Amino acid sequence: MSTASAATATRNDAGPSSLEVSLFCLREWLKSAAPYLNLLGIVGFIFLWYLLTEKLKVPWFNKLPGPVGVYGEWVSPDPSYGISLYTPEYYQHIVTSIWRVLQAFFLATFLGVPVGLMMGWKKTFKDYTFPLLETLRPIPMLAWVPLSILMWPGREASIIFLTFLGSFFATVLNTLLGVESIDEVYFRAAHSLGAKPRHVFLKVILPGALPFIFTGLQISMGFAWFSLVAGEMLAGEYGLGYLIWNSFIMVQYPVIVIAMVTLGVIGWLSSALIRLVGNRLMQWKVREEIR
Amino acid sequence: MHTATTQLTPGMGAGEMVVESVAKGFGVGPLRKQVLRGCSFVLEKGKLTVLIGPSGCGKSTLVNALAGYETPDSGKVLIDGQPVTGPGPDRLVVFQETALFPWMTTFENVSYGPRVQRKLPEREYAEETMKLLDLVGLRDFRDKYPAQLSGGMQRRAELVRAMINRPKVMLMDEPFRGLDAMTRALMQEYYVRLFEEHRGTNLFVTSELEEAIFLADNLLILTNRPACVKKVIRVDLPRPRTFDMMTSAEYQRCKFEALELLHEEAMKSFASGGVNAADFIEACAQLGQDQAQPTCLGLDDMAPPEVSDGAGQRKADGAVSDR
Repeated sequence: MSTASAATATRNDAGPSSLEVSLFCLREWLKSAAPYLNLLGIVGFIFLWYLLTEKLKVPWFNKLPGPVGVYGEWVSPDPSYGISLYTPEYYQHIVTSIWRVLQAFFLATFLGVPVGLMMGWKKTFKDYTFPLLETLRPIPMLAWVPLSILMWPGREASIIFLTFLGSFFATVLNTLLGVESIDEVYFRAAHSLGAKPRHVFLKVILPGALPFIFTGLQISMGFAWFSLVAGEMLAGEYGLGYLIWNSFIMVQYPVIVIAMVTLGVIGWLSSALIRLVGNRLMQWKVREEIR
Repeated sequence: MHTATTQLTPGMGAGEMVVESVAKGFGVGPLRKQVLRGCSFVLEKGKLTVLIGPSGCGKSTLVNALAGYETPDSGKVLIDGQPVTGPGPDRLVVFQETALFPWMTTFENVSYGPRVQRKLPEREYAEETMKLLDLVGLRDFRDKYPAQLSGGMQRRAELVRAMINRPKVMLMDEPFRGLDAMTRALMQEYYVRLFEEHRGTNLFVTSELEEAIFLADNLLILTNRPACVKKVIRVDLPRPRTFDMMTSAEYQRCKFEALELLHEEAMKSFASGGVNAADFIEACAQLGQDQAQPTCLGLDDMAPPEVSDGAGQRKADGAVSDR
């Protein structure tokens, strides 16, 4: 009875690669009802929008562009308001916005994650910074607009600063929560095994906080787009936020919807990208779920 | 199971721990609860000492004091004559709940100690890790994450994660709690084999009497809270241990004696109407210090019959095999 039992547990191969795991997850997802329900939800919404605006012409909605009109404008090689898939301006707005968000988001991540980790790691550092963070964090981004215009030379810097602020607080807070969520037993185990503070930081705090950090990055990406559009509407010259506001002033209503939908799609894609990176870095988490 | 698979040789590096009238309490003012008082015992070199006591009596607090996670309010904890000042790889703890790092594979978990201590070159500790994984049947699971292992595998991985550091003392804090009966029996067998091959100094905390007697050289019975050692029972069963020894007269003698003592403690706890017997002890203390204190054994009471360790141990082993 003694050793035979050990042998029974011994079987298995090297295990699937991370690509195989991802493909497996994708196949399982396609087999379920979920993707078709997702699609149905979107189609249903567009149909309702079509009914209200273009088919029934409900008075409340009579100023709004309908889906057919927007689509026609969007794919037209010669759009009546100058913005469509075929015009370089459209892409210029997109690229400008993405570039601003990227700068702000990476700045927020590279500053916010270390600050959050330090706050969770060193009690003294948290004592210094936490009340400050909790006071600054609830200030709405729009309230920062005047100061940021006064503070930075040129509008580009102030837009990026606004975008950065939105991201930064979300990243710091979630990273801090991530460190605090790590079970005490892992610290004890690490100390008992002879880990120095440096090892605890790299091998316990960082990986232990990673799930929260990535949740935080998704939220922070959302905030970044939110703040960006607010900033661009007020002070922009290019970018999707500017496009929306400018089209409103110029009475080019379908363009508003084109820019909105574009924002939605890009925002969604950026979140998905963060999830993807997160899953790559947290194979232990992914495998936990599908085991 | 192969004996000479690791560099861990029997008794090598085994240390002795002495706990001398350790007291520990938590909280302040009227809320203060005394968890340990006058707690004294010796973890003999190369022996498996099992600590058993009523649930909530302070066993984990005691382990934490030995591991160095908590500093006693008074009293001494010594390892090979040196006071314990903090956690370290000479006293390794295997925890109640699994403490394998979920973000590391089995291999990374087991090799974590040598990796951070930088005592061995990488190739050597990788080899050592694989040998130990072999020993507990986890070689093929080296690249799995803890969540992909069964409960029993996790405990085995944790055992070797501690063993690879060649600690002077292993502190096992109810390591098999929460395992199902079959896995538990299997783990007991694994553990007792590993111990018998390496003969390190081990402290094993449990609340299961059968497990306690099956594993123990020395069985320490704790009192209710505030806890101290009520009695040391020497288990004179031969090694290697097998499950059929559970029917032997010696096993029954130990079981009977321990049951009586544990029952006494349980009744006290019950009579005090709480999860712990603090009130009861306090009542005793008011009647007179003497009535509460005599249940505590001091260091002098538990000096082993044979003094010089090498010769004495052999004598004891000889006596056992005569049986």
